[in-house]
Amino acid sequence: MLDAADTTTPALAVSGLSHSFGARRVLDGVAFSVQPGAFTVLLGPNGAGKTTLFALITRLHHASSGSIAVFGRDMRTESSAALARMGVVFQQPTLDLDLTVEQNLAYHAALHGMAGGEARARAAEELARAGLADRAGERVRQLSGGQRRRVELARALLHRPALLLLDEPTSGLDIESRAALLTYVRAQCAERGLAALWATHLIDEAAPPARVVVLHQGRVRAEGTVEDVVRQAGAADLADAFARLTRGERA
Amino acid sequence: MTPVQYGRCVWGVVRREGLRWVHQRGRFVSALVRPLVWLAIFAAGFRFVLGVSIIPPYETYVPYEVYIAPGLVAMIQLFNGMQSSLSMVYDREMGSMRTLMVSPFPRWFLLLAKLLAGVAVGVVQAYLFLAIALLWEIEPPPMGYLAVLPALVLSGLMLGALGLVLSSLVRQLENFAGVMNFVIFPMFFASSALYPLWRVKEANLTLWWICQLNPFTHATELIRFALYGQFEPVPAAVVAGCALVFMALATLGYDPGRGMMARRAGAE
Repeated sequence: MLDAADTTTPALAVSGLSHSFGARRVLDGVAFSVQPGAFTVLLGPNGAGKTTLFALITRLHHASSGSIAVFGRDMRTESSAALARMGVVFQQPTLDLDLTVEQNLAYHAALHGMAGGEARARAAEELARAGLADRAGERVRQLSGGQRRRVELARALLHRPALLLLDEPTSGLDIESRAALLTYVRAQCAERGLAALWATHLIDEAAPPARVVVLHQGRVRAEGTVEDVVRQAGAADLADAFARLTRGERA
Repeated sequence: MTPVQYGRCVWGVVRREGLRWVHQRGRFVSALVRPLVWLAIFAAGFRFVLGVSIIPPYETYVPYEVYIAPGLVAMIQLFNGMQSSLSMVYDREMGSMRTLMVSPFPRWFLLLAKLLAGVAVGVVQAYLFLAIALLWEIEPPPMGYLAVLPALVLSGLMLGALGLVLSSLVRQLENFAGVMNFVIFPMFFASSALYPLWRVKEANLTLWWICQLNPFTHATELIRFALYGQFEPVPAAVVAGCALVFMALATLGYDPGRGMMARRAGAE
């Protein structure tokens, strides 16, 4: 798990990150970090650049400029080491619906080079934690939306990453499943010393204790604990701070 | 990552593809029925129209069904290769392509694993077809069934890699239907799959040249000769060369630094 160096190296360090699609600048000098063990919310309205940022962090393509490092491993030059320590829950559902929960997890384990026995043991462990132990042999198609999300989370944790990325993981879930997922991820961070970057446009998902990075029009507008961000914005609460920070037009 | 882990990765990707193939009953059945329709109906109708003289690798006059069987095996490979890439387009829209891409293995290796998974499914389909084709008295020598395996793998790699290249170029699922029309049908018809090339040459010299330049012709001939226990160096070289070129292009198409993916993301 975490070695000595990890207590000082950020789980995720993004610096000077800019990206353009043609003439459109989607990210402009984005810099922030996620500390080991910290639950961090990437808060931004739709179109802020969150999805592009996630595409760059997960190496779908390279950024026009700037750097991304996971526990000090640069995404360009040491992508394999960086990706091995990272677990991802994508915004779109990514499970094979006709395969069983177990088969989906086995596929992911293979993509991380895990041996069959170890993979089965870890899958059983993660599913038990997620309260899905009795669903292992069922096809994903038979699960509810909330359960599918929890399977995706179990999958993302299967190779024991130290950094968990979640791109709007509650989209499409009902209020109850949303709250349950959020509570579960926060608990996993606390229990396992796991760092998480949770992207959302929903302010209530950024309730303390959490660190917050506010992204708007491709730029980081504030970063810190919820209290820090509220204070920086001179606002009454986070909702007010978010409204103030995302109101301004691009300078 | 150790060699053992690379092996586990390939096996995992192949296993998933196999499971998906079995569960998608429609794909499973249509993959088998398609060549059988050609064999049972098209070939039966044409055997009286088109005489096939004695040409290698056949030692006697052969009925038309026997002539087109290797072409239909190649067609299975062609459809399968395109269908695997269709699933890449579909996968990517569903996001599971990204699941593959965040694996710590090198991207070219992940693409190769995906390719091998498609080839494995295609080879099983080809053998199932050959087993059913026995009913039409398509009976190559027993050794031919073994000799055809490397030919099936090589042609499957080439056609699968071509599909990968196309999938990296196609932006949306809708466009893929166009690719099918502009790739699958021309490749299949402008080849030696349905008619011997000497007859094409008699009819139209330009078309004959197009058939000669079509890699699918060489895949068909490679399979045809292998099925009768013979090795033909020219088709083998063409298919292997094209497979390498297509694989290199696919790796470029999916390279995070090269733009195709970035351009696509920008268009979303």
